[in-house]
Amino acid sequence: MSRAEAAEPSAAQAAPERAAAGRTPSPLWTLGLLGNELRTTLRRWRTIALLGVLAAVPVLVGIAVKIETSDGSSAGGGGGEGPAFIAQITNNGLFLVFTALAATLPFFLPMAVGVIAGDAIAGEANAGTLRYLLVAPAGRTRLLITKYATTLAFCVIATLVVATSALVVGALLFPLGELTTISGTRISFGEGLGRALLIALIVAASLIGVAALGLFVSTLTNSGIAAMATTVGLLITVQILDQIPQLHAIQPYIFSHYWLSFADLMRDPVYWDDLIRNLELQALYAAVFGAAAWARFTAKDITA
Amino acid sequence: MAPYGSDDSTTEDEADDRGSRRQKAARYVVPVAVVGVAAATIGLVPAFAGSGDPDLPDVSAQQLIEKIAASDVQQLSGTVKISTDLGLPNLGGLESSLGGAASGGRDGSGSSADPSSKLMELASGTHTLRVASDGEDKQKLSLLDKAAEYSVIHNGDEVWAYDSASNEAYHMKDASDASSDSAEKGTKGRSQDVPATPKELAEEALKASDDTTSVTVDGTARIAGRDAYKLLIKPKQSGSTVGAISVAVDAKTGLPLKFTLTPASGGAAVIDAGFTKVDFSRPAASTFDFSPPKGAKVTEGDELESDGPAGKGDARKGHVGKGDKARPGSGEDLGKEFQGLNVIGEGWSSIARFDTGGEGLPSESSGGGDAGRFLDSLGDQVSGKFGSGTVFSTRLVNALITDDGKVYAGAVTKDALVKAANAAK
Repeated sequence: MSRAEAAEPSAAQAAPERAAAGRTPSPLWTLGLLGNELRTTLRRWRTIALLGVLAAVPVLVGIAVKIETSDGSSAGGGGGEGPAFIAQITNNGLFLVFTALAATLPFFLPMAVGVIAGDAIAGEANAGTLRYLLVAPAGRTRLLITKYATTLAFCVIATLVVATSALVVGALLFPLGELTTISGTRISFGEGLGRALLIALIVAASLIGVAALGLFVSTLTNSGIAAMATTVGLLITVQILDQIPQLHAIQPYIFSHYWLSFADLMRDPVYWDDLIRNLELQALYAAVFGAAAWARFTAKDITA
Repeated sequence: MAPYGSDDSTTEDEADDRGSRRQKAARYVVPVAVVGVAAATIGLVPAFAGSGDPDLPDVSAQQLIEKIAASDVQQLSGTVKISTDLGLPNLGGLESSLGGAASGGRDGSGSSADPSSKLMELASGTHTLRVASDGEDKQKLSLLDKAAEYSVIHNGDEVWAYDSASNEAYHMKDASDASSDSAEKGTKGRSQDVPATPKELAEEALKASDDTTSVTVDGTARIAGRDAYKLLIKPKQSGSTVGAISVAVDAKTGLPLKFTLTPASGGAAVIDAGFTKVDFSRPAASTFDFSPPKGAKVTEGDELESDGPAGKGDARKGHVGKGDKARPGSGEDLGKEFQGLNVIGEGWSSIARFDTGGEGLPSESSGGGDAGRFLDSLGDQVSGKFGSGTVFSTRLVNALITDDGKVYAGAVTKDALVKAANAAK
């Protein structure tokens, strides 16, 4: 390993600055590696397709609500069915942001993150580029951290894509303005926008656990497809387990359990208990599976 | 950055290989350690938090009750957690359809913001509520749902209920200008009408404090970050299903902070309601401002009354049609709806007896078919001098419905119900 690190640069897809960095890479070099990773990830067709699907969800929801309520009836059947906040969309387009995030958070968003995270290490191994990446003086730990940071950046980007698309569609199809919190009090549109941004960031943070889990799975196999399928499969299994009432004892420790707590930001005053529990749980998952991924990846024989 | 040494070693003998393998395995200690630390934190923190009961000067039960009576907390906001485990049979979807029926049907003229339709929800499971109060005129109670909230707001002479999930609001003028019965209730103050607050529950419990009851002070506790005395109320009579009622009273303000009802049969508390957070400063004025959001469906209180006339024979419908329906009523109100209500006995073992005037419940033996079989599966068949009937039990309240249509109900054991039925015959 140490010999590989010191070796002369070879034709890898790593950062171009690597030659200048030498044996002990500078922090700037790490940023270069991260930027390079991000560019590579975001330029992939499958990433663009994933983001496109995510951006389409609010468009579909917005048009569906518009058509359903065109005759004056209320959305969601009026009985509170459907995704959260759907009944309020017709009064304020900003609510489409919350509805879209509530609709995509259980499946679309974590699935996209699972694809990116599962692909992070296993995809490189599958394509035979992992060994070249390691030839660059990055070090395995640094490479793993970069991969994880890229995945987390994708979490934020994906969430913001959904939120922005929803905001645009909401502004086009529905009126904007002062909005009513779910506690019945009123806040200005500016504060509503602020809360929407905060909600988007909380939703992105809710995906930290899945990202760490996906990264760990990705270090276990050399097949990118297998890693993605396992991550998405785990995601579905866990969501099912979270619905079984007899398992209520373990449910508070399931990473998806507090996902919908982002809606608590729309209460007035904000109810922080579940939000904080969610963030603590995500941090725990990141620590456990991040450490497991590190243990696996730094001790792994790289054969591809 | 040399994760393992095998790359550098020129001679790869077995010992070296085993060494690096051990080194590799050692890395997995890190994630395992993280899990261990997390588990220890989750397991130990509550244990430490619960160990430090505050040291407070001794008080007698009498002094403590006076403290509660003298309590004059006008301004507070806080979070209340209510866990109810009545041991009702799990009816699954039936429960929600009953709730829907109680509100007059969702597709009909009823509104999901109608307070009585939310009552069923509190009867089981764990719920988080927020309360805020600023004097006599301003109160707010919110039931926190998943990604939705149900709020009842009282501000001056306006009472609003708002259900954010369906974006429906329910409005009525304060009952003080309505019928005399409602007016009397109105002057009692809003907090009286919210049985969810510990204060209300404690007052209900203390009302029964006579010869039949033992009331003691049972140490101290820390509730919602405040020092509190624990008042223990136990029935002296036998035959009651109530084991004990424990009320935690704030040492400074005298406000009851936690209410726990444990059944005589043991096990988990039937009702456990308490503040998890409480703040005695004035809540923001905007908390009590409510105007229905654009597009919200608003149901006026009077509207519903004409739609759901009382005395349709359906006890729940009748309750909806009552004048004072913005208030989540208590079980007592429900009982008053029935004609011919008698109370047998007194104190904890009192039994309510009323005549439904009907044929009683269909049972399999009386040819009720499937419905009878279903009801039989929920209750137990009993017989005695009074004839025969079915006992429906929960962990707190038992009810005996005889085949000739009489109903005996109370927080008493099954045997006490049968005894009462025999005596009445």
